[in-house]
Amino acid sequence: MNTHSRIDPASVPDPKQSNRLAGGRVDHSTVLTFSFDGKRYRGHPGDTLASALLANGVRLMGRSFKYHRPRGPLTAGSEEPNALVELRTGARREPNTRATTIELYDGLTARSQNAWPSLKLDAMAVNDRLSPFLTAGFYYKTFMWPAAFWEKLYEPVIRRAAGLGSLSGRPDPDDYDKGFRHCDLLVIGAGPAGLLAALTAGRAGADVILADEDFTPGGRLLSERFVIDDGAADGWAARTVAELASLPNVRLMPRSTVIGAFDHGVYGVVERVSDHLPEPLPGKPRQILWRVTAKRAILAAGATERPIAFDDNDRPGIMMASALRTYANRYAATPAGRVAVFTCNDDGHRTAADLHAKGVRIAAVIDTRDDAPRSPDYEVLRGAQVAGTRGRLGLTFVTVRQADGTERVLEVGALGMAGGWNPNVHLTCHQRGRPVWNDRLAAFVPGALPPGMAVAGAANGALSTHGALSQGAETAIAACADLGRPTNAAPLPKAEDAPVTQTPFWHVTGCKRAWLDQQNDVTVKDVTLAHQEGFRAVEHLKRYTTLGMATDQGKTSNMAGLAIMAELTAKTIPGVGTTMFRPPYTPVPIATFAGRIKGRAFHPTRLTPSHHWAKERGAVFVEVGDWMRAQYFPREGETHWRQSVDREVTATRNGVGVCDCTTLGKIDVQGTDAASFLNLVYANGFAKLAVGRVRYGLMLREDGIAMDDGTAARMADDHFVVTTTTANAGRVFRHMEFVRQCLVPEMDVQLISTTEAWAQYAVAGPNSRDLLRRVVDPDIDLSNDAFPFMACAEVTVCGSLRARLFRISFSGELAYELAVPARYGDAMMRRLMDVGADLGVTPYGTEALGVMRIEKGHAAGNELNGTTTAANLGLGRMVSKKKDAIGSVLSERGGMNEPDDLRLIGLCPVDADARITAGGHLMARDGPVDAKHDQGYVTSAALSPTLGHMVGLAFLKRGADRMGERMRLVSPLTDLTVEVEVCSPHFVDPEGGRQRA
Amino acid sequence: MLIDHPLLGPRDASEFVYLGDASLIDRPDWQADDAARAFHDYAYLRDNPAGPHRELWFHEGGDRSWLVVTRDTTTHEITDVRLARDVALERRRSS
Repeated sequence: MNTHSRIDPASVPDPKQSNRLAGGRVDHSTVLTFSFDGKRYRGHPGDTLASALLANGVRLMGRSFKYHRPRGPLTAGSEEPNALVELRTGARREPNTRATTIELYDGLTARSQNAWPSLKLDAMAVNDRLSPFLTAGFYYKTFMWPAAFWEKLYEPVIRRAAGLGSLSGRPDPDDYDKGFRHCDLLVIGAGPAGLLAALTAGRAGADVILADEDFTPGGRLLSERFVIDDGAADGWAARTVAELASLPNVRLMPRSTVIGAFDHGVYGVVERVSDHLPEPLPGKPRQILWRVTAKRAILAAGATERPIAFDDNDRPGIMMASALRTYANRYAATPAGRVAVFTCNDDGHRTAADLHAKGVRIAAVIDTRDDAPRSPDYEVLRGAQVAGTRGRLGLTFVTVRQADGTERVLEVGALGMAGGWNPNVHLTCHQRGRPVWNDRLAAFVPGALPPGMAVAGAANGALSTHGALSQGAETAIAACADLGRPTNAAPLPKAEDAPVTQTPFWHVTGCKRAWLDQQNDVTVKDVTLAHQEGFRAVEHLKRYTTLGMATDQGKTSNMAGLAIMAELTAKTIPGVGTTMFRPPYTPVPIATFAGRIKGRAFHPTRLTPSHHWAKERGAVFVEVGDWMRAQYFPREGETHWRQSVDREVTATRNGVGVCDCTTLGKIDVQGTDAASFLNLVYANGFAKLAVGRVRYGLMLREDGIAMDDGTAARMADDHFVVTTTTANAGRVFRHMEFVRQCLVPEMDVQLISTTEAWAQYAVAGPNSRDLLRRVVDPDIDLSNDAFPFMACAEVTVCGSLRARLFRISFSGELAYELAVPARYGDAMMRRLMDVGADLGVTPYGTEALGVMRIEKGHAAGNELNGTTTAANLGLGRMVSKKKDAIGSVLSERGGMNEPDDLRLIGLCPVDADARITAGGHLMARDGPVDAKHDQGYVTSAALSPTLGHMVGLAFLKRGADRMGERMRLVSPLTDLTVEVEVCSPHFVDPEGGRQRA
Repeated sequence: MLIDHPLLGPRDASEFVYLGDASLIDRPDWQADDAARAFHDYAYLRDNPAGPHRELWFHEGGDRSWLVVTRDTTTHEITDVRLARDVALERRRSS
């Protein structure tokens, strides 16, 4: 046997590692130390945590989910169900990490999980003794009643007993990122098929990305003793990778798992940038979620070996035969010095030969076939099966039932299982493709593929190295032709091409406690029970037994479950069906999906130009959508927010106040049809609005419900400035674009959002004109005659700075809104404060704004709540019947025009000290209090410093006709019952004299 | 998903906002005798086909074009993308 391993100092095994072999791809000359469950061990660069533990004689790595059975690694890859550990400590602790994929680094710390007090002595292993009661479906049968016990008793107990690792409970200190990449060809998997596909396309000049989940490209070539051309296969892989790395049009992405195949050639790729390091380098993310858009993709994801079910097949030391080969050939480690192999095909013999060549003793190869090949190097038990195993914390004995019916006991520390290979078809199924059954392989192979994807190599059922190489080249040549880069086939590297026929052998006859899904503890018996109880459809089987529902998604277990259900129902395996594979291919931390979108970056924070000024003034801010708005400006000595708000309201109503209203949506509407356009968008008319005038506008949805309100100012014949509420700015703009492009494409009208372009300030109060005169340039006449209520104009301020002035009032006072280019916003606010000092100018926030609009009876978001019509708002007469407007036809329909419809009214408490709360409901004074007798509800309430008692706005049935009626306001949630009187919603200056002054 | 914008080329679906059935372009005549019925159907009734579906997408994270996208709801295959404005103008001319 030619082993091809290099003989140099770096390949001499460390005597302190009891099961470390010579050779392999680990650097024996460098020692890394790490700890597992507090004990220190030695390993080497190139190891995984699992290979290093095995090399140190550690087979026991975890406890199972339900029965707390001792478990060791089943595999050497990302399909691992058992060897899940908590990696790292402190805030970086990560549960359920697969020891088989963790790259060893110096100082690594890991702990076992789901075991107490220790991995070797786990108290909850009592579950294993109780297993007759904990079969499939036991949750549903046992914890049925009383219902209240579920949340309080059963669930917490079960969660503590079951479950795997635990979170640190601390904020994740690492950064995660997202990125976009584009390529002609994405090659998924860097085994022989993927490497040759990437090389073929790369040489042809295509932009290629080669993504592989492993830290070293090469796939199975790293784990086998194959020959390609005339040298070791791993040498061919290394040379190919080197050539790929030299091509500027090829990007190699190691440590990168393609987690999903999405629509239109978009692939999700998780790159583990820093997981092989103790912590990320400064400025580097831990992981990156790439969105790769590829014109073509080649799936070369390889195959996964499948286990054989037999009684007690889950003891540490029992693993896939191919994993034994990987640990020996690649990682120079063996779980034991004496091993056996249980196989139903020739592949198992390959494991025995490789381990024998590495000096590991082969107790026997147990082959189910009567005509199994013989070997001069080890004993082959033909027609034999494994009847059972022993060893509490690790395998010690295997009982073999031989062809003649006699039993024989082998003393071994490891047993390899070779049940054949399943192509990794997962990504072919992400867009509803279903795999198809292949009889020769007794396995599912890819069926209908996502557009643009081809499959090569073992993933496509080509299980020989030659098959992988030739399919890799063929698919790449076809992809290049599609991409307009025709290329010829280069001579294929020579490789083994043994014909592969797989004889299925799923389980030993009569086995019961034979594990199928080792992570979720599902046994052959559980599948039998599901069948007995009628859960026979594959999706029912899965949910009833939880087969394949663990973090490994049943990569090693689903097929055997299907096969057993097929036997029980006397169907073929494809007749039973297959479960759907969905993204992600392997588990992804939630943090990776979030990327940088966390904490303050979860949504953008928008600041107005005078934000820093407000901060200097000690403003308290409130989030309004993405905006931060000043809520109120506390002064020294004020201990309660209402003192500040009352002061701001009073100062505004009696003097002058300034409020930052930059956040209101502003939309510039221009074009010869601008007026006709607004006439359609608003329920009320705009065609005849004079230049230099502003009008309040109400927008309806097409179904007749109020959508938003604001003002439209006509700056010129063909130019309007529209404002929207802060919250609806984006939505209204989108709606107006819809109307413009889809409903009136023939109109000459253009829209642009100018919300960020202008800083805007409400200047309100009887002294507002005096204040404005000190900033507006002197040639502009602000007298009531020249610039009356609802006037607007382009003006200049502070010496020729262009500005817009609107005489509109939300507070009900004589008021203006002054807009200046955003970059002057901060200076404008400071100027207003400076020049208005002697007038007592007072900045006010959103609370005072809200109090004054309630006092004035103006509707806001609480009233425009998505259920109310213009009629409900008392604005029914605004809806013009003489023109077409969005929502006008449906606003007239019957259901929205009943005699007892809700109307906006005002409420005052009969006892001036009583509270009114928003959300309270109105009932007749003496009638019953229940939903049936509900008359209406309160939308807004505030303490009016102007009136000295609380006021409320409410919707009340027939409200307009019930002025002066006394009602009962109830809020069962806050135990409130108050007598209130119905009144006009216009509490302050109902005639509007002040705003016209 | 990628949407092949008629002016900008293929753009990621995350730049778009979805509205719904492209029949929303065909807003009824407010003065017709059956306007109430027609607006009711326009506002509330939609086909929900398993297969090709003409639908409105807004390029909010881009150039603010409304697009009519023909998408197969069972496969997400997009067979046609047009500016909604062009579609609307064409329908005016043909009606």
